[in-house]
Amino acid sequence: MDILYKIFIEPFVFMGEAPDLLIQTLWEGLVSGVLYALIALGFVLIFKASGVFNFAQGIMVVFAALTLVGLYEKGVPAFLALILAVLVMLVLAIVVERVVLRPLVNQPDIILFMATFGLTYFLIGFGELIFGGNPKEMITDALFLPQGTTELDMLGGMVRFQHLDIAAAIIASIMIGLLAVFFSKTRIGRALRAVADSHKAALSVGISLNQIWVIVWFAAGIVALVAGIMWGARSGVSFSLQIIALKALPVLILGGFTSIPGAIIGGLIIGVGEKIGEFYWGPLVGGGVETWLAYVIALLFLLYRPQGLFGEKIIERI
Amino acid sequence: MTSAAQMRLQTADTVLTVNNIEVVYDHVILVLKGVSLTVPKGGIVALLGANGAGKTTTLKAISNLLHAERGEVTKGSIEFNGKRVDKLSPNELVRRGCIQVLEGRHCFGHLTIEENLLTGAFTRRDGNAAIRRDIEAIYEYFPRLKQRRTSMAGYTSGGEQQMCAVGRAMMSKPSMILLDEPSMGLAPQIVEEIFEIVRKLNATEGVSFLLAEQNTNMALKYATYGYILETGRVVMDGPAQMLRENEDVKEFYLGVSEGDRKSFREVKSYKRRKRWLA
Repeated sequence: MDILYKIFIEPFVFMGEAPDLLIQTLWEGLVSGVLYALIALGFVLIFKASGVFNFAQGIMVVFAALTLVGLYEKGVPAFLALILAVLVMLVLAIVVERVVLRPLVNQPDIILFMATFGLTYFLIGFGELIFGGNPKEMITDALFLPQGTTELDMLGGMVRFQHLDIAAAIIASIMIGLLAVFFSKTRIGRALRAVADSHKAALSVGISLNQIWVIVWFAAGIVALVAGIMWGARSGVSFSLQIIALKALPVLILGGFTSIPGAIIGGLIIGVGEKIGEFYWGPLVGGGVETWLAYVIALLFLLYRPQGLFGEKIIERI
Repeated sequence: MTSAAQMRLQTADTVLTVNNIEVVYDHVILVLKGVSLTVPKGGIVALLGANGAGKTTTLKAISNLLHAERGEVTKGSIEFNGKRVDKLSPNELVRRGCIQVLEGRHCFGHLTIEENLLTGAFTRRDGNAAIRRDIEAIYEYFPRLKQRRTSMAGYTSGGEQQMCAVGRAMMSKPSMILLDEPSMGLAPQIVEEIFEIVRKLNATEGVSFLLAEQNTNMALKYATYGYILETGRVVMDGPAQMLRENEDVKEFYLGVSEGDRKSFREVKSYKRRKRWLA
């Protein structure tokens, strides 16, 4: 009886008693949720256009951030380094298309998946070779990312907003908005969706798959760069950052592998769910809920709604 | 009609020449064993034959979609408007005006009908105004597509999808359409409607058609010339009228015969003769 009270009543009573803490937890959850969404978006882009689950997305986040910081440390001005990092992601997209995707076209999905494993380890090695393996600080000042905190007096307590978190949420939202417009309104975006639907038919109307793949990997590279800057600013730039990318997996299962809105909402649910779970229910099991809760949610979804919240329903005519 | 069609065939220049091509899948499976055909400018040519005869493979060899299915043209040549095209990418071919409508339609199911039509204009560079104008023109030919312009293509009927696929191909402003089995899985009335539109597009827009079809009767009604393929070879060709009246074609492809059913021995003799012809 006591345990039921602790699970079902006490946390909510606590929420009601200290609404400022609830707001604080929600806000933190939202910020990490937006960033999860951004990483998941990179996966969705590539999965939609080439049907490949890109295991290297996580390392692309690290590699992009590392390139940016590494160039800056070598004396390149910050904004030039940013532009160069974008160009490096473009070159990466072209190389991946030529060296990995083109020779493996028409191979089973699992082979392409394994190829992205290879790409992951190549990028780890290459990144270490050029920029060294030591963790680095993100160059927040040089990029004019705001720091400091604002404390707001609300609901009988103080709620603390880190300026960096606010900037991250805004930039990620803009990024997501731009991608949504790109997909639904432009000629290339339409072609991307066409390719996602049927490779064969897209080829037959004269859409060049090679061109589309380069565009899509480049877009995923830019998303990775933005995600890398934001995560890097919060927890430093190191290869362990790619573990965070694994959090994108439950996000994808929740939202559906093919849906951009799904990636966003899935990211928010996982982000908020984790923080709330950790703060209110964590003490019951001695903490550490944050690390596994997302995967449990994902497991439940796999059992009851495998296509995710917004995954493409398979349109089938009988 | 016959003599007029023949005259046109003889005088008009050709838009497509396929010269003795061989196609191999996966480096080992020989599917086409020397197919030759020509399509005159502004003509409708039918490619007939049973399942597995090589109709689709011939079309894909021309549009170069073969490559995506691990097929390869190992011998012979393909000329489109007098230029060799056998090494071009499908994308380049569409740019030059030769587009294929795939068997089984293959509309983009999650795009609306209108978006499907817009993807057909992917290779064009002449601006949005021209594309909009052409979409309206397509809606004139296919009023049904206009009614369903905002529906997802995956939810439309088979006939509408076939119209969408043809309309989408028309959006690339082609001079030649390779149309693969437009009648597949459709009600006879819809099939007739689609063939009528093909004839209209041919007459008013001057688009040439190479039409692979199992529905021999329907195809020979609309085509001016026909080729019959069997196991990777052309076994017979001639003006549509001639094929329609040919006893063997009637017997084997149109399912009508005069007088008594032919005996099995005669069937065998027909097969022997065909082998000799090939």
